[in-house]
Amino acid sequence: MSPIALAWQQFRFERKLFWRNPSAAFFNFLLPLLLLVLTASAFSADHEELEILIPGIAGMGVLATTFTSLAFNITVLRDDGVLKRWRGTPMPAGSYMAGLLASAALNAFAQVLLVVAIGNVAYGVDWPQEPLLLVLFTALGVVCFAALGIAFSHAIPNEDAAPAYTNAVFLPTIFISGVFYSSDDLPEALKAIAEALPLKHLIDGLSEAIVGGGGDAGTAALVVAAWTVAGLVLAVRYFRWE
Amino acid sequence: MAPAIEVADLHKSYGSLEAVRGVSFEVQPGEIFGLLGPNGAGKTTTVEILEGYRERSGGDVRVLGKDPQVRDRRLQERIGIVLQSSGFYPRVTVREAVSHFSKAYPAPRDPEETIALVGLEEKADARTKDLSGGQRRRLDLALALVGDPDLIFLDEPTTGFDPAARRTAWGVVRRLKELGKTMLLTTHYLDEAQELADRVAIVKDGRIVAEGPPDSLGPGSSRYRVSYLSDGRRVEHQTDDPTELLHRLTRDALARGERLEGLEVTRPTLEEVYLELTREADAA
Repeated sequence: MSPIALAWQQFRFERKLFWRNPSAAFFNFLLPLLLLVLTASAFSADHEELEILIPGIAGMGVLATTFTSLAFNITVLRDDGVLKRWRGTPMPAGSYMAGLLASAALNAFAQVLLVVAIGNVAYGVDWPQEPLLLVLFTALGVVCFAALGIAFSHAIPNEDAAPAYTNAVFLPTIFISGVFYSSDDLPEALKAIAEALPLKHLIDGLSEAIVGGGGDAGTAALVVAAWTVAGLVLAVRYFRWE
Repeated sequence: MAPAIEVADLHKSYGSLEAVRGVSFEVQPGEIFGLLGPNGAGKTTTVEILEGYRERSGGDVRVLGKDPQVRDRRLQERIGIVLQSSGFYPRVTVREAVSHFSKAYPAPRDPEETIALVGLEEKADARTKDLSGGQRRRLDLALALVGDPDLIFLDEPTTGFDPAARRTAWGVVRRLKELGKTMLLTTHYLDEAQELADRVAIVKDGRIVAEGPPDSLGPGSSRYRVSYLSDGRRVEHQTDDPTELLHRLTRDALARGERLEGLEVTRPTLEEVYLELTREADAA
C-alpha cells in the first residue's frame, strides 16, 4: 500500500478507536457543546454575549479535540508501548501520524460546525459571515494545537499524569482566552498572558469569520501561525517512540 | 548464503554505563539462535539495536544484509518483532488488530491463518483487553508474523506462560522453523533455549561468555559424569571418555561379584553450564 493509502487506513482505524471509547468521545466532543448550552442558559445570554460565546466555544472545541486529545493519547500510546510496536513495522511514521492527525482534525471541524449550528438553530445567531475564513481559521487552529499537543506530550512523564498535565494547560487557558466572556474585561496582567497565547487569537479569528465586525484577522492569523511553527519544531525535535 | 544477522564487536554505552562491550555473533538463515543471560546482561539492548530501535556506539551490525540503524522500510517489511513488553489498543478485537497491522506489509500472511497459527481462533472476536496474559502474548506473536517475515525477533516470548501455554508457543516456533524462518530468541528459561535453539550464546555483563549448540556448550561440558551407589552413598567420577571408564567400573564390579546400583551416565545440563559460567564471570 502507498503511504497515502496507509494514512487512510490508519485514519479509519483511529475513527473506530474513537467511537469505541464512549467516555473519551463524550469529553472530547459533547462537553464543549454542553458548556455552550449551559452557559447560554444559565446567564440567559443576550445576543451580544452569544456572539462572544459561540466563537469562544468553537475555539475551545478546537483546543479540546486537538491539543488535549493528542497530548493525552500520544502519552498513553507511548507509555503502553503501542508507538514502539508501530516503530517496529514498515508503517511509515508520516502515514501513522497523518491518520492520527486527520482523525483529530475531523473532530475539530465537526465540533466547530456543531457549535455554529446550535448557535443558529437554538439561539438565533446568524450563520457565519465568512465561511471560507471560518474553514481557514479552523484549519490553522487544528494544525497549531495538534502540533502543540504532540509537543506537550513529550513533557508528560507518564499515562497517569496525563489528565493533570493537560488540564493544567486547558483550564487556565480557556478562562483567560475569551471563551465565556470577552478577554478585554480581564485585568491587564491576565490579558497580557492571553495575548501571548494562541487560543485568544484563534477565537478572534473565528469571531471575525462567524460574527464579523472589523477585527484584526491578520494579526490573529500571524500569532497562531507563529505558535504553529514553534509547535511543529518542538513536536518533531523531541518526538519519542518509547 | 549470507548470514541473516552479522554482529561484529558491537558496543553500546549509555553515558558512562557500558551495556554491551564487544559482542560478535552470526545467525545463519533458517537457524534459531538463542541469547541467554541474567537480567541486565545486555540481551535486550543487543536485540533492540538489531531491530532498529537503538543506535550502536561502536562495531558493525547487518540484518538481512542491511544496517538496521538506517531504518529502511524494506528491512522492516522482512522482520517481525515480539517485544518484551508492549501494550495494545484495548478496544479492538484480535481480528481487527491483526488485519489492520497486515496492511503495512507488501505481502502479508492471511490474518485468519495467522490467528490460527498462534492458536487464537476462539478469541478472534474478543477485544484485546479481555485476553489473558498468555493470549495477549500470542497476539504479540500474531502481529509479528502477519507480515510473513523472513527473520523474527522473540524477546522473552513465553515469560509468564503456564507450562501448557509454553508448549503451545514452542510448537509455533518449531512450525516457523519448518517454514524456513530465522529466529533470534532471548530467554532466561534454559529449558526453552535447550528445546528450541540450534545455537545459544550466553551473555554476561555485556559480553558473550560461551557460544555453541546447547548440548555442547561450555568448557566443562565435554566431561561426562558417571555415578553409582556404593554402600548407600553416591560415588561420582568425571571423564572425557565414558566408554573406557564404564568398562573399567563394570569389569571390576563383576570381578567382585557386585552390581553397580543406581548407575548413571550424565552430561551437565545447560543450566549447570550456565550457572558455572555466570559464576565464573562474577568471580573474574
